[in-house]
Amino acid sequence: MDQALAKTASSAPLLSVDGVTLQYKTPDHLVTATYRVSFDIQRHERLVLLGPSGCGKSTILKAMAGFLHPVEGRITLKDRVVEGPGPDRMMVFQEFDQLLPWKTVEQNVAYPMRVNGIGAQDAKERALDALAKVNLSKFADAYPHMLSGGMKQRVAIARAMAMKPDVLLMDEPYAALDALTRRKMQEELLQLWDDIGFTLVFVTHSIEEAVVIGSRIVVLSPHPGQVRAEINCAHLGLNERASPEFAELTGRISHMLFDGQNVAH
Amino acid sequence: MSQTRFPLPLRPEIEFDVTAPKELGDVAKPLSFFEKLAANGAVRRGVILIVVALIWEMYARFLDRPLSFPTFLDTLEALRDGFASGIIPARLSVTLQTLVIGYFIGLTIAAVLTTVAVTSRLGMDLLSTFTAMFNPLPAIALLPLALLWFGLGRPSLVFVIVHSVLWAVALNMHSGFLSVSETLRMAGRTFGLKGLRFVFGILIPAAFPAILAGLKIGWAFAWRTLIAAELVFGVSSGQGGLGWYIFEKRNTLDTASVFAGLLTVMAVGLIIEAVIFRLIEAKTVRRWGMQRG
Repeated sequence: MDQALAKTASSAPLLSVDGVTLQYKTPDHLVTATYRVSFDIQRHERLVLLGPSGCGKSTILKAMAGFLHPVEGRITLKDRVVEGPGPDRMMVFQEFDQLLPWKTVEQNVAYPMRVNGIGAQDAKERALDALAKVNLSKFADAYPHMLSGGMKQRVAIARAMAMKPDVLLMDEPYAALDALTRRKMQEELLQLWDDIGFTLVFVTHSIEEAVVIGSRIVVLSPHPGQVRAEINCAHLGLNERASPEFAELTGRISHMLFDGQNVAH
Repeated sequence: MSQTRFPLPLRPEIEFDVTAPKELGDVAKPLSFFEKLAANGAVRRGVILIVVALIWEMYARFLDRPLSFPTFLDTLEALRDGFASGIIPARLSVTLQTLVIGYFIGLTIAAVLTTVAVTSRLGMDLLSTFTAMFNPLPAIALLPLALLWFGLGRPSLVFVIVHSVLWAVALNMHSGFLSVSETLRMAGRTFGLKGLRFVFGILIPAAFPAILAGLKIGWAFAWRTLIAAELVFGVSSGQGGLGWYIFEKRNTLDTASVFAGLLTVMAVGLIIEAVIFRLIEAKTVRRWGMQRG
């Protein structure tokens, strides 16, 4: 993993967030979610946005997807400013209802490709291929309501990957899963990355998940979100969870997030 | 742990021997024939129908006034004659044609209105104002006006049906669109769907349970409105519908045929509601797990 990182470190960033301030309106307030946030993502990186609830990490991700426009700064993908949502930045959501209930699993995965002009046969092959990668080939003809939460998330990941986007955006995709399923899904995601090497932006509020999933972590301060640190952790994965290094890093991040307050994890 | 503030009682551990299922007798005893029969809804309803028919027959014979209350058997005979002579099917087909024309025009306008309503704020204001104004207005109340505008005949009927279908369907469609989850909308937009493709690709199927409910309500309104309208002034260019058949038979005091006509109205309503819409539901919303069956 270190090698993959070193190879791309010198090239131009794939996606860059440059001084982005994001605001949204509630009935009473104009809320500033993030303040002048900047960071880059290189190809093949697994970048994790980590921060406490309400630090605007999901808001940044939505802006990267094109659902929100920065009031200041800009987001560029391959040197082109992001204007709106599009299939070059497929997104996996936290909610289980992101699959289309009226389509079978296979049709769900194939649909975004069909929308973007890929032929039926081609789309079907790629869909089945993607489903095989997340071990759901058996359920290709099932409807989403027959699947468990974890399986639905795997379909959503397959759907996003089959599209071969420039960057895969994941918004706390495992937050609504039980702990055991979540561990399994993390393992699978890392395995997939080993196979394909997609570029990933992953939002989470779990320090442990961030260290396991990420090759690089952007730590955001509490509301309004600002970049507190960027940390390399490609050398720490699921197998290193018990290592002193892992504990040292999670301790360090926890210290950054909570500024030395004594917070029980 | 032994020194908590709440002393736990010391209790012995126990293990039991479990009786083998075989020795308990029949664990899954099959239901008797009558128990299975009673569990079948169709059978229960069939029994009710037979009882009603029996009571009807007995009361009519006891009353013995065929001009105002024919017996069940007379009614069946009139029904058979009506079908054999081809009058009821002909009348029914006139009614159904009018209905289908009005229903689909109503649906089309509803779809256009709702699409405009979800894509612009002005459209939304228009739709909510119109539905609030016209939904409480019984379609049949527009009949005099329709007659004035379109004259005696099918166009007037179609106008009234369109009115009865349009608002119910538009209201349901619109609330269905509004209830489509934000996640599904965002998912659709990341696929690159916009405008009409977004409406047809995401909004309509996602709102289908509500749309189907609207279609059912619209159908029920249209059917009742149409029969009533035909009763009031049924003939259109010499060709009346089912409502006209009932009216006509009343004028000739052929009461058994009046009953036969009413039974046909009920039967058609039932078939479309219980068979056609059920079928659509089974193929769509229940298959997709969007509605329990």
